[in-house]
This record gives sequence, structure tokens and C-alpha cells, in this order.
Amino acid sequence: MKFAVLRFPGSNCDQDAYFAALNVLRQPVEYVWHESTDLAGADCVIIPGGFSYGDYLRCGAVAALSPVMGAVRKFAASGGLVIGICNGFQILCESGLLPGVLLRNRGLRFICRHVHLRLENADTPFTRSGTVGEVLSIPIAHGEGNYFADESTLRELEDSGRVILRYCGPGGEVEDRYNPNGAARNIAGIVNREGNVAGMMPHPERACEPILGSEDGLVILNSILGGRA
Amino acid sequence: MPRKARIYVTLKPTLLDAQGRVVQQALTNIGFEGVRDVRIGKYIEMDLDDSAATEETVREMCAKLLANPVVEDYRFEVEGS
Repeated sequence: MKFAVLRFPGSNCDQDAYFAALNVLRQPVEYVWHESTDLAGADCVIIPGGFSYGDYLRCGAVAALSPVMGAVRKFAASGGLVIGICNGFQILCESGLLPGVLLRNRGLRFICRHVHLRLENADTPFTRSGTVGEVLSIPIAHGEGNYFADESTLRELEDSGRVILRYCGPGGEVEDRYNPNGAARNIAGIVNREGNVAGMMPHPERACEPILGSEDGLVILNSILGGRA
Repeated sequence: MPRKARIYVTLKPTLLDAQGRVVQQALTNIGFEGVRDVRIGKYIEMDLDDSAATEETVREMCAKLLANPVVEDYRFEVEGS
């Protein structure tokens, strides 16, 4: 499976995503510059974390209108797999490929630490090597991860099983005290209606080798590869 | 002569403005009484050629880029229109 890792001015998790695809998943991977409209024949596009265009105006807003996102939109419409991590999630929301928006953390602070996540749906290309209720330890690193959408959108996400990850306690308790940023319904990750576009604030590529303190990100990464554990 | 457009982008009233709340608290802390609510938004000013200085164009700019309709409202004025 071939991966493309998008690069915007200000991306800073692009090398981590590239490393995870090449050295951990052992798959071919190529960087794709934001001005390109050619996704290098990839089967899966990773939109990495960072501060694309300096987060000017709103995080992800300018990147969402870049040439490469036009290509991603077409790729997604034809069923290609797209995963946006952190700033990538923000870009997907701004581009309309995913509903909602990521607002400033309710505590106004940038948060960089491991969190617990409850896997909510194991029937997506991004979670199929996990099991529902499984608790993952994966780091977050963001100032704007407070997921917001209107009530009817949230209800639609819930009713169609499109919430894939929720912030929780070590035993899987989905409670407000384990919500690091104020996200609606503790939402940490969602998929689109078709299930081929995912966005998540936590960084699976930062939890994919024992030396990183957790390998739980492999549940997400291996799922993309086809569910091989 | 370029014409000025002045655009105000604000968080929708139903949303909690965490930043505004902190500023409200800070104003109270330094002795300003009676500050009930603070909301923080963005002010954007631009110089436009006559061809671009229409309400229609500025509205499109707001809808496509300058504001996110999920969480923000906008209003604007275009000089001489």
C-alpha cells in the first residue's frame, strides 16, 4: 500500500508520519508538496500535524484551500483513504470533508501529553484491527482540539457510528474529567459518511514503537493496512 | 483610488468564548467594575480596487475563507457602497 504524506509550510509531523509508514508499516511512501495536484499514486493520504500556514486566520483554513486539497477532495470522492491527524483533522474540517470544527481548548492551554482513548467503532478502515471498548494510550499535542458541531450534526455522527475515538479514563470511562480540551461528547476522532476519510486529534504516529512509550497507535496504522494486527 | 472594506468576524453568540471570559476576569481583577461579558473577534481591513469593492465580492470572501460559518458570524462595510 502506498502512502502520501502532505507537506504544507508549517507542517511539523510530516517526518514522523513518513517514518511510521516506511519504517514501521514498511510501505512505500512519498511526500507531496501543498502546491502539487498529483498524489503520487497513493492509496492512502496522510495529512500530518503541525501549524500549516502558521495557523493564520484559523487553524487549517488556508491549507484547506491549497491546490493539493483539491486533489485530495477528488481522491476522497473516488473512495481513497484519507487520514488527518491533529492539524490534518483541522484541515479536513475546514475543507468540508469532515463536519464540525476544532475550537480553542477550553482551558486555553496547549496540551502535550498521553491521553486514553476509547475505540468506539471497529468497523472502519482506520479502526478495524481494534475492538470496540478497547482503551488506547496515544499522545495529543494541540491548542485547538475542542471539537464542536451543532446538535443535529452530533446526533447524526452518533447515530451512524461515525465517532471512532473518545477521550476517556484508564478504564474506558467517558467522563468530562477525562476530556482534555472540552470536545463535544469527548470526541477525539470521527469519519465521514462513506467511512474513507478520518480525522483525529491524537497522534498515532507518535505511539508506534516501544521506545516511544506506547505502540497503541499501531491499532490505527495497521487498520489502514488492512486490519493486520 | 482603492476603497476600504472593513470586516468584523465574531464568534456566534451561542458559543462560549473562553478567551473573552479570561479577559473579562482580568479586567475585573485590575479594578474595572461592571464588566459583564467580553467577546473577542477579528477585525480585517483591506484595500480593494473598484472592481473588487462590491458587497457581493466581500460577502463571498467571508463565506469562502474569512469566516467559518459553523462557529462564526460576520458583518462588513465597503467604503462608498
